[in-house]
Amino acid sequence: MPPAPKRPARPSPSPGAPPISRRRFIASGAGLATSLAACTPRGRMEGSLQRPGMDAGHRWRDGHAPSAAALEDVDVVVVGGGISGLVAARALCAQGRLKVRLLELCDEPGGNSSGGNIAGIPHPWGAHYVPIPSPEAQDLVGLLRELGVVTGIDAAGRPAYREEYLCHDPEERLFLHGRWQDGLVPNLGLSARERAEIGEFLERMNVLRDARGADGRRAFAIPVDASSGDARWRDLDRETFAAWLSREGFRSAPLRWYIDYCCRDDFGMDASKVSAWAGLHYFASRDGLAANAPSHSVLTWPEGNAWLAGRLREPVAVADALRPGVMATRVEALPNAVRVDGWDVRQSRAVGWKARHVVLAVPSFVAARLMSGNRPVATPPVQHAPWLVANLWLDRAPDGRGAPLSWDNVWMEGRGLGYVVANHQFLRRNHDGLVITYYLPLDHAEPQAARREAAAWDWGTARDLVLEDLHRVHPGLGGITRRLDVRVWGHGMATPTPGGIWGGDRNVDGRAGERVWLAHTDHGGISIFEEAHAQGLRAARGILHAQGIS
Amino acid sequence: MNERATRLLLLASVFVIATCGLIYELVAGTLASYLLGDSVTQFSTVIGVYLFAMGVGSWLSGFVTRHEARLFVQVQLLVGLVGGGSAALLFAVFPHVDAFRPVLYGLILTVGTLVGLEIPLLLRILKDRIAFNDLVAKVFTFDYVGALLASLLFPLVLVPRLGLIRASCLFGMLNVVVALLSARVLRLDGPWAAATRWCGALLLALLGAGMAASSHILAWSESQMYADPVVHAVSTPYQRIVLTRGAGDLRLHLNGNLQFSSRDEYRYHEALVHPGLSRLPDARRVLVLGGGDGLAIREVLRHPGVEQVTLVDLDPAMTRLFGSQPMLQGLNGDAFASPKVSVVNEDAFAWLEQPRGTFDFVVVDFPDPTNFSLGKLYTTTFYRRLARVIAPEGACVVQCTSPWAARRAFWCVDATLRAAGFHTEPYHAYVPSFGEWGFILASARPLAGSPRLPDGLRFVTGDTLRSMREFPPDMARVPTEPNQLNNQSLVRYFEEDWARATGR
Ligand SMILES: Cc1cc2nc3c(=O)[nH]c(=O)nc-3n(C[C@H](O)[C@H](O)[C@H](O)COP(=O)(O)OP(=O)(O)OC[C@H]3O[C@@H](n4cnc5c(N)ncnc54)[C@H](O)[C@@H]3O)c2cc1C
Repeated sequence: MPPAPKRPARPSPSPGAPPISRRRFIASGAGLATSLAACTPRGRMEGSLQRPGMDAGHRWRDGHAPSAAALEDVDVVVVGGGISGLVAARALCAQGRLKVRLLELCDEPGGNSSGGNIAGIPHPWGAHYVPIPSPEAQDLVGLLRELGVVTGIDAAGRPAYREEYLCHDPEERLFLHGRWQDGLVPNLGLSARERAEIGEFLERMNVLRDARGADGRRAFAIPVDASSGDARWRDLDRETFAAWLSREGFRSAPLRWYIDYCCRDDFGMDASKVSAWAGLHYFASRDGLAANAPSHSVLTWPEGNAWLAGRLREPVAVADALRPGVMATRVEALPNAVRVDGWDVRQSRAVGWKARHVVLAVPSFVAARLMSGNRPVATPPVQHAPWLVANLWLDRAPDGRGAPLSWDNVWMEGRGLGYVVANHQFLRRNHDGLVITYYLPLDHAEPQAARREAAAWDWGTARDLVLEDLHRVHPGLGGITRRLDVRVWGHGMATPTPGGIWGGDRNVDGRAGERVWLAHTDHGGISIFEEAHAQGLRAARGILHAQGIS
Repeated sequence: MNERATRLLLLASVFVIATCGLIYELVAGTLASYLLGDSVTQFSTVIGVYLFAMGVGSWLSGFVTRHEARLFVQVQLLVGLVGGGSAALLFAVFPHVDAFRPVLYGLILTVGTLVGLEIPLLLRILKDRIAFNDLVAKVFTFDYVGALLASLLFPLVLVPRLGLIRASCLFGMLNVVVALLSARVLRLDGPWAAATRWCGALLLALLGAGMAASSHILAWSESQMYADPVVHAVSTPYQRIVLTRGAGDLRLHLNGNLQFSSRDEYRYHEALVHPGLSRLPDARRVLVLGGGDGLAIREVLRHPGVEQVTLVDLDPAMTRLFGSQPMLQGLNGDAFASPKVSVVNEDAFAWLEQPRGTFDFVVVDFPDPTNFSLGKLYTTTFYRRLARVIAPEGACVVQCTSPWAARRAFWCVDATLRAAGFHTEPYHAYVPSFGEWGFILASARPLAGSPRLPDGLRFVTGDTLRSMREFPPDMARVPTEPNQLNNQSLVRYFEEDWARATGR
């Protein structure tokens, strides 16, 4: 089987895959015995339900936007401390010549790439991995080199990655037919035809990876704006991925499950809702290469991409540019300057800046609201999928039959996307328990309705939802759970529905006015780290250029 | 007791019997599908065999011509014992027998037959007390309602709350209680009645103990794996430490894997330490990673030039045990009492992260890479970190499983050390209780000096050293992929090689 994009499959286990050794079999049997024999109801499980930024955001939505009495004069205000904003602020601070302020609504920057910590075990609250980039993504490779993730470049130009940060083996497993198989591409119990169709699909994606348009550009590139403008490819944005798949004869259930899983994982919605262009982009845009890892490897940390957010944050904090707990409420163009009003959430007071430039590193609907009365922010209308993420602190690893506990653990019958194990990337073995991060895109209803429904949940409801799904593969898991924290991301990530990428009046220069720069994954249309990085860097470079700094 | 109460009680016992019967069936089905997989097959065969056995029981009841009441009580007690103990028995037996299915189905047949005997016997007991049509209606109603109750209780309450072992013990106890009560209402008397009471009490105690000890049953079943009596067993957060003692032989097992036998451990530890250390005449500081038994330190301390030995072992229970138990102190020459020795209970990976100065010789004596978390201790990443604490002219030695039984695993460690920039000298020694065992000496540059061996060695001599470095064709180098965090090739080689070597 050809190497699949991104996370799919270590060389897919052949039909004659190595049988589970008796030792491992016994180990899992015995582990299970312990759990069945000693599974007692424990003391009450603790936990919390968090909705980052929701209260302040809703008050602002409902009209709370007082003006600041005094304005601080600065060079640049970056609004939003997600990856896009952090990358922009970091690049702007790098020269040490600009006075920068990074406003972030929450207590810590990170946005969808934030993380937490339970009992000394760091864990993600959102984004948790980055695929190794293709060598031509020079900026990204450069960043990773600065952060010590890339340790060198070999003679063939391939980056060498710090092994510790490459996802350790075993990477993924899938639960189906009552046991865990190696890898996420369904294999266990498939008919020859179903297996062949999966092979065909992956091979097709391999071919598309090299496809180019009449303009010579790649059909599906990262960042999205680097993709070919050829209508032959862009028109794929008009239909759903499911429609494309059916037309191309990709119909077998296991393959379609796998594709839906990938779409939900990256877009928060399945193939019947996302654009075919976006779906293909997921499979055909990645062609990472490394000196010391196979091409579909991913980089990850116990706290997921919060590790990257933390490294990006450092120089911004050192430059005293970080202003957490501040929500921007209005952005207004003045002659030769921009005025930014904000609300200091912790001190409950209005604050304001007069800046030469402002970077809007916030979701497009926030940017539009900030700019109201001014030029509307031109991007295709973006839908945001709501997400639930839960972190569970367990006494010990859950039991299971078949492939051993892996970094990413997915079950076919699941409602959510499975869980990743925070401890997986640890080198040391002495830690207290295990933290797993469970992901559930709330795509059972229209985003608006799902958001409203989730807003009414209390912790107990959310906990039951999470445990119900986990109990499908780990009966009795609730009994070994010490803590269960849930976060609801009301506007989790942009979902590229048909027309969502190339349909509208796409903003290609990343600007909303002479001094207002846009930098958010929403404007790329696809919510991934690489896009956020490219967005942030583009805005920073534009400003540096405008200021005559190179 | 009046007749009405007796009737009611007997009918209630139908209910209990039905519930218990179905619970045993469910326990067997669940266990079989957990242990053997393929739940559809397991459940369907378990149910089929069980129902068939009940048929056999009913048929057998036809041969009973007298003493129905007595027999009913006895069968009831037996069901309590066999059914109640079934989960514990199956768990205990599973790891030790090759043919698990005969045991499983034997047990199901037994329980099924006994349960099948019960209802016909009870019908006959009750036939004089209740009109026939009413009797059949009542008995079967209770039977089926009991079954419903069991099938609801089992997944909703019993498995999540109690677990299989405790659930089946509990229902075994219920069977026994029914037996005792029916013995009373059926007015059994004479020597049988007394025997029944005693038996019942004994069974209740037994099943009660089974419930209380459910989590120990596994531990106990594990002790059956050891040939010799267990003299010390403790579970730490990291491993299960078991010491056994046979005729003049003390053995340490970690997680069921033999670590040493006092009869020949000197071969292993001499071979581990001296080939390397004897070629570093100026070695002052020595680091031992793993090896909390202190036996490697004992060998290190034979070199008078060594001034400082640091032992890093994850598990404080190990170093405590080997530093305080007279029998074990005798074995390691009370190494932990030496003023030269300091002990750190830390994970080796985490410990190496901090700057530690350098050591002239490092002994890496970790457990075999049987799982992915141990496999990380054999990766290029680990060896690169290790390299930072080895003095420029120093060396390290790594124990690395059997080059005969796990040939690719052994050479994989060699390839990994080379990939991490080491020059390697693989060698092997014969340790009777392990078989042919492998070690790799690794250093930044090839080691020069000729060996200066300390006195008093029983195994390593100049001659053995030479032969140790020769690898006959059946253990010769094979090409392998270096072990990295992101491929864990070693764990896979190790699993496959050992599986093949032991024919499993
Ligand atoms: C559950 C989940 C899992 C994901 N997993 C992955 C993954 O594994 N890999 C991957 O590459 N991507 C993943 N993503 C996508 C992720 O969104 C991007 O990788 C990236 O983090 C987006 O960064 P951003 O800066 O564009 O946006 P955001 O993270 O949305 O940043 C916007 C920031 O602006 C702040 N803000 C909003 N309004 C205001 C205001 N008025 N004033 C001040 N601040 C404001 C917000 O608090 C936030 O910090 C995931 C997303 C989600 C939701």
